[in-house]
Amino acid sequence: MFKDKDRYLSVVLIAPSILAVFIFIYVFIGWSVRVSLSKWKGLSADYTWNGIKNYTDLFADPRFHVDIRNTLIFTGVFVVGSILLGFFLAVLLDQGLKGEGFFRSLFLFPMAISYIVTGVVWRWLMNPATGSRTSGLNLLFSYLHLDFLQNAWHTTPTWGIAAIALAAIWQMSGYTMALYLAGLRSIPVELREAAQIDGASEFQVYRYIMLPLLSPVTLSALIILGHMSLKVFDLIIAVAGKQLPLDVPAIYMWQTTFDGLFYGRGAAIGILLLISVAVLIIPYIRYTLKTETQS
Amino acid sequence: MKPKLRLTKYWLYIPLVGMAIFYLLPMYVMLVTGFKSFAEIDLKTMWNLPHGLALDNFIEAFSKLSPSLLNSFVMVIPAALISSMLGSLNGFILAKWKFRGADVIFPLILFGMFIPYQSILIPLVVFMRSIGVTGLPGLALAHIIYGIPITTLTFRNYYAGMPQELLEAAKIDGADMLGIYRYILLPISIPSFVVVLIWQFTSAWNDFLFAVVLTGNQEWPITVALNNMAGSQIISWNVQMAGSLLAALPTLLVYIFLGRYFLRGLLAGSLKG
Repeated sequence: MFKDKDRYLSVVLIAPSILAVFIFIYVFIGWSVRVSLSKWKGLSADYTWNGIKNYTDLFADPRFHVDIRNTLIFTGVFVVGSILLGFFLAVLLDQGLKGEGFFRSLFLFPMAISYIVTGVVWRWLMNPATGSRTSGLNLLFSYLHLDFLQNAWHTTPTWGIAAIALAAIWQMSGYTMALYLAGLRSIPVELREAAQIDGASEFQVYRYIMLPLLSPVTLSALIILGHMSLKVFDLIIAVAGKQLPLDVPAIYMWQTTFDGLFYGRGAAIGILLLISVAVLIIPYIRYTLKTETQS
Repeated sequence: MKPKLRLTKYWLYIPLVGMAIFYLLPMYVMLVTGFKSFAEIDLKTMWNLPHGLALDNFIEAFSKLSPSLLNSFVMVIPAALISSMLGSLNGFILAKWKFRGADVIFPLILFGMFIPYQSILIPLVVFMRSIGVTGLPGLALAHIIYGIPITTLTFRNYYAGMPQELLEAAKIDGADMLGIYRYILLPISIPSFVVVLIWQFTSAWNDFLFAVVLTGNQEWPITVALNNMAGSQIISWNVQMAGSLLAALPTLLVYIFLGRYFLRGLLAGSLKG
């Protein structure tokens, strides 16, 4: 639609951004792959070919096994928790109650805060001390005579990572709520009314009409939250520091690279993370762009 | 149209208020702890209200964190401004001037929004050192470049919704590409700029990973400084709480006053512009 001069100008204007993205994302990914196939361990770069040894070593490494287990537990608790809570909140807010806007803002505000702040506060809320030193949520439970709920939170063996997921749910469930609420609002009112005239109860309307219509939203939420779980890092650092029982790939990568100077292994972890995220995200981008051109 | 009140039951406020308490608990602890005097501080009375309003904790936290708060502002403001400008320009070109290969380039840019930064972290650190851009300028540069995908996406979706006739009319009147951008699209892009600026401000302010690998202790932004404060044995928990509130305040204020725009940025981030 534009003249040649404009055509030329467009390319000139967009070129720096495209070039920067190309270098900082795609060239860097290639570079990381190369590092992951090298023997680089130490301050000075060493690109001696090492084949896939960094990867095979990782899969034989007990610490990486802990990482995978923790990631799976975290993902399960965080994704399911955020989706259930987010859907529940969206349905509550969809009832046209007074003060809806206020509650919606309230449920969303943790999104504006950093994982570090969330982590620092939750570390004191989830204080595992017992007896006369009991504090945080455990103390609150004892005030409420709910002592059976007291637990060791993130210091629980094996399942401690689930406590971190709880803090992550606090932070991110408002986001799923916003997604579902936007979805609910886009469903025509006539559809609900028709179902109600046919005698469907409120529960049945949500279960058999809304929920199936919201499945694209659920899919988006699953993918976005799922890929966030793979990347979880700051929150764990802020709650518990670098503790082996709460280790995840992102922390292992950071520690082995920048504390241990084992660049080859660090790059391999980064690339494995990238592959697992890509498996989720690439089909999602393709699906979204396809539905966009159809509509 | 808003759905009518269906469950005319006030009991719905019970779960609603219950959930509100859940979301406010951490804020409550931050606030009451922050306003207690040092004499009142005890983990065993963590949930009690303060006797009067003391500012001991805030003063102590501020004296420790003020250099890094300043670092954050100095780094975040140019990063947010520049990546928003670039996003607007890119979005305009991608939406209104589909050059050959645009359909390939756009998804490639989008993918950059989701990558785990661990997969580019080593080259990033090595590269920044080799070009001599380190510390806060390096951190700002990283936020600008890794912000391009989301800012481009938001503006592209916004401009794609503009009627083509508007641009055609301007062209007939003799406007060239830059003229159309400058005099037609830019003035009506203010809401999108607000969305994108807020988004970039929040994500750069809250970032920890880039900051921890790209800056040294003189240049730590607030997230790194707060995390180190929390990790040290010397600084007590009450000061950490006050520090957390200081660190959260700028983005919280933005959220309180511009929440509507924040939500739109959030939804754009999941590709549902």
